[in-house]
Amino acid sequence: MGEAKLDLLQGTLDLMVLQTLAAMGAQHGYGIARRIEQVSGNEVLLNQGTIYASLVRLQQRGWIDAAWGTSENNRKAKFYTITKRGRKQLAEDAAHWQRLSAVMGRVMEQVPGDR
Amino acid sequence: MHDGWVRRGAKRVKAFVHKRALDRELDEEMASHLEFAIEENLRRGMSEEEARRRAMAEFGGVQQARERQRAERGLPFLDVMAQDARFTLRTLRRDLGFTIVAVVMLALGIGANVAVFSVVNTILLRPLPLQYSKDLVWIAPPPQKCGLSCATYSVDAYNEFKAQSRSYEDVTGYFAFSTPDNLRLTGHGEPVPVTGIEVMTNFLQTLGVQPALGRLFTADDGRHGAHPVVLLENAYWKRQFAGDPAIVGKEIDLNGSPTTVVGVLPASFDFGAVFSPGERVDLLSAEILDDERLWGNIVPMIGRLKPGVTLAQAQADANRVVPHLCWGERNPQSCGSYAKGPNGGMALRTLKDYVSGRIQRSLELLWGAVGLILLIVCVNLSNLLLARSAARSKEFAMRSALGAPRSRIVRQLLTESLILSAGGAALGLGIAYGVTYWLTQAGSIALPLLSSIRLDRAAMGWTLLVTVATAFLFGLMPGLKMASGSMQEALKDSGAGAGKGLRHGRIRAALVISEVALACVLVVGAGLLLRSFLRVLDVDLGFAPDQAASIKMDLDYSAPTAEASVSKLSQILQQAIARVSALPGVEAAGIVDYLPLGPNRSWGVPTPQGKSYSEGALPSPLVYVCSPGYFRAMGMRVHGRDFTWDDNLKSQEVVLINAAAARVYWPGEDAVGKVLVSGREQLHVIGVVDDVHASSVEDEKGWQIYYSTLQKSPSGAQLVIRSKVPPATLAGSVLRALRELNPNQPAAEFRPIRTIVDRAVSPRRFFVLLVGVFAALGLILAALGIYGVIAYGVTQQTQEIGIRIALGASRARVQLGVMARTLGLVVAGLMTGTVMSLAVGRLLTSMLFGTQPTDAATYAGMAALLVMVALLAGYLPAWQASRINPMVTLRNN
Repeated sequence: MGEAKLDLLQGTLDLMVLQTLAAMGAQHGYGIARRIEQVSGNEVLLNQGTIYASLVRLQQRGWIDAAWGTSENNRKAKFYTITKRGRKQLAEDAAHWQRLSAVMGRVMEQVPGDR
Repeated sequence: MHDGWVRRGAKRVKAFVHKRALDRELDEEMASHLEFAIEENLRRGMSEEEARRRAMAEFGGVQQARERQRAERGLPFLDVMAQDARFTLRTLRRDLGFTIVAVVMLALGIGANVAVFSVVNTILLRPLPLQYSKDLVWIAPPPQKCGLSCATYSVDAYNEFKAQSRSYEDVTGYFAFSTPDNLRLTGHGEPVPVTGIEVMTNFLQTLGVQPALGRLFTADDGRHGAHPVVLLENAYWKRQFAGDPAIVGKEIDLNGSPTTVVGVLPASFDFGAVFSPGERVDLLSAEILDDERLWGNIVPMIGRLKPGVTLAQAQADANRVVPHLCWGERNPQSCGSYAKGPNGGMALRTLKDYVSGRIQRSLELLWGAVGLILLIVCVNLSNLLLARSAARSKEFAMRSALGAPRSRIVRQLLTESLILSAGGAALGLGIAYGVTYWLTQAGSIALPLLSSIRLDRAAMGWTLLVTVATAFLFGLMPGLKMASGSMQEALKDSGAGAGKGLRHGRIRAALVISEVALACVLVVGAGLLLRSFLRVLDVDLGFAPDQAASIKMDLDYSAPTAEASVSKLSQILQQAIARVSALPGVEAAGIVDYLPLGPNRSWGVPTPQGKSYSEGALPSPLVYVCSPGYFRAMGMRVHGRDFTWDDNLKSQEVVLINAAAARVYWPGEDAVGKVLVSGREQLHVIGVVDDVHASSVEDEKGWQIYYSTLQKSPSGAQLVIRSKVPPATLAGSVLRALRELNPNQPAAEFRPIRTIVDRAVSPRRFFVLLVGVFAALGLILAALGIYGVIAYGVTQQTQEIGIRIALGASRARVQLGVMARTLGLVVAGLMTGTVMSLAVGRLLTSMLFGTQPTDAATYAGMAALLVMVALLAGYLPAWQASRINPMVTLRNN
């Protein structure tokens, strides 16, 4: 610990959750949180509990579904899956995000004095 | 995107409703999350304890996660509100005394407001309960002194007007001279009196009334010789015929002739409520105009305007038509008479204005009065809440120190106000329901449409509005005050003596002063109206209403010739009056066709013999036809002599006139023995009687002339009896005496003459009663306010008073000090209130009778009353102050 982690921007967590579910299929809350941590190389500052606000938001928007099931080690858990509308939303948001990050990248690459 | 918002909104509401289940599910989910984490940590080789600790740390705050998820899925705003509400209910339950006082005060204020709103809404705001309400106009000559005959038109004039006017879809009217109990229903046991009104056959169609059962009248029903038909009023149908659905088409026996019931009117239309407030009407019959052609002025006209025609256009149209109207078509000299004279012409007004215009001012005043009451309630509650907030300031300072934002605290306080206000509204609606129910049942108040008052949707809306406005009004001030207070000061302030207490006291004193001032205005208003009412009761009516009663007599004196019928009538009357007069307790008896303060009529313009006048210079006196004994029975003083049974068709024609007419005909001379000329008749004046208030107690007196029943035939007969014993005890024996002579005599009501006067003054009595009740309420509230502030002051100063007593101040001196403070508040309130009352008093002018709006006695009485009430309110705390034990108070702090 100790090193500075990235604070999550509003909405980025939702996008990460959608992407994770699209990539991994059905997954429970803990799994999603761990996956995001692993993929980001522990760069993302995430109180795992905050994922539940994001999950309920996505669920109410109809982008993911949820159902109780059992995990491989026979534990009861709530599993989330991405819906068709969720995939569509993800495609739009991912494209948008990539455009934004490309623009941000170009802007941030400027060197002082450069014209 | 919008679609998404709506769907998510719906889900949020659903989540809000299923809160418990969702919370449980989330808890389970989070528990399983932690177990997954612990399991993984164990696999990585951590100790059990370390695994749990790490899992918890990575999860973050469980409660926070829960709150965030809840805020995301549900309605956080409502959550906070529910929380505030629960908290408020807990606080209020702890402070039950305060809660009860506050809710009762609010209930009185809101209840009075809703009840009065319902009345105002029904009578003033809502259209009349007629389909074409907004297009209906009342067509009558400008107001004159000669009674109903000058407010109505002849059948010929009606027909002509209808034919020539271009503004109306249709014009209708009704027979205006019906008296109560004018019909007799037989065939249902004893003959029963019934009140019927003859209406033109197009009357209901023009107004826009649909029958509840059967049909309306058709033009055929109004032809000469048509079979008599009636429509029953809904209430009468239920009362007399037990709501028999098969009544339509049945024959009933009215005045001895079989009459077909063609329909039943809807409950929403009551002829009496619109056209003759305070009088019961049982049925409508079809008016046969051809039979009434020679009866003179008998119908008021009501027109339904064509779409797009304005009242002004209709008036212009009427001005064009009036000069062409003839009183009687066969009498060419009578043509144009409606346009002549000082009061000629036509004055159109909307039917709504005719029905409710007269009491508009009174109702607005009433509305204002309840508004004042509510304002006083608000001020009072503000005051109570301020006192409470002083005690709670530490609680709020603590909450704010613990991180509650100011807005949250103000919101909490407003929630409290709203909940109190809602409680008051709930109870207030109960009060309003009671009051409006009482009003619908109080049939004797001569106000229009009373029977249709109810708490409808508009009243509910008004309740909501008043409730919320009230809550903000009395809650905002203490709320802001509380939120703006410095919390350090509040935490430090150890009770008495701090500067804040003093500032607090000043605000509360200002509130009490304004409360007293508002109460002042109410008391002055009520006082002025009460004095007017007493003046009205004091009016010399020209007759003595007490100890007299009347009963409608059934008369049948049909005979082949007019002369024969008059002599048959005189025989019947002489017998009946002799019988009734002989009853023990009866002092005098006589009959008249129209009683005072009811319908009346005039018969043209008699002139004093030997004098000549320009047209329109002489009045058209009201005509009454009465028998010997009537004047004594009514308690009217006669100068000259009364009619006798010898003044008949064989002798010269005799009349009595009233003093006002005598002054016009023979100014400065004795009218007795003089002669009036009316057409070819010579009328010998044998006496002069007191001026009688014919139409209204408050109007100026007009001119009256009395004919004898032995010489002119009366239209109907009211038997008036004066007795030493209460009239009701005579009812049975009088009825028996009449039945012996005429088995058809119905069991008509025996009406004390006093009730006729009571009915005439009932609107004024109604308003005085209500405004009086409101003023009393205002006074009580003001007294409570004074008590609250003074008592609070005494508690705050307990220590100071204790020291003063310890230093030798006498108890009387302490009491005096508190009383002086009370008096100071009241005097300040009185001065403000007097200025306000003087301003408001002018608005009352049109409603006062024989009383100036600046009436000194009223103001003096108001001041005395308020000072007395205030001293009473201040005495209790003063007494408590004087009982303060210096040892106890000094030790306590």
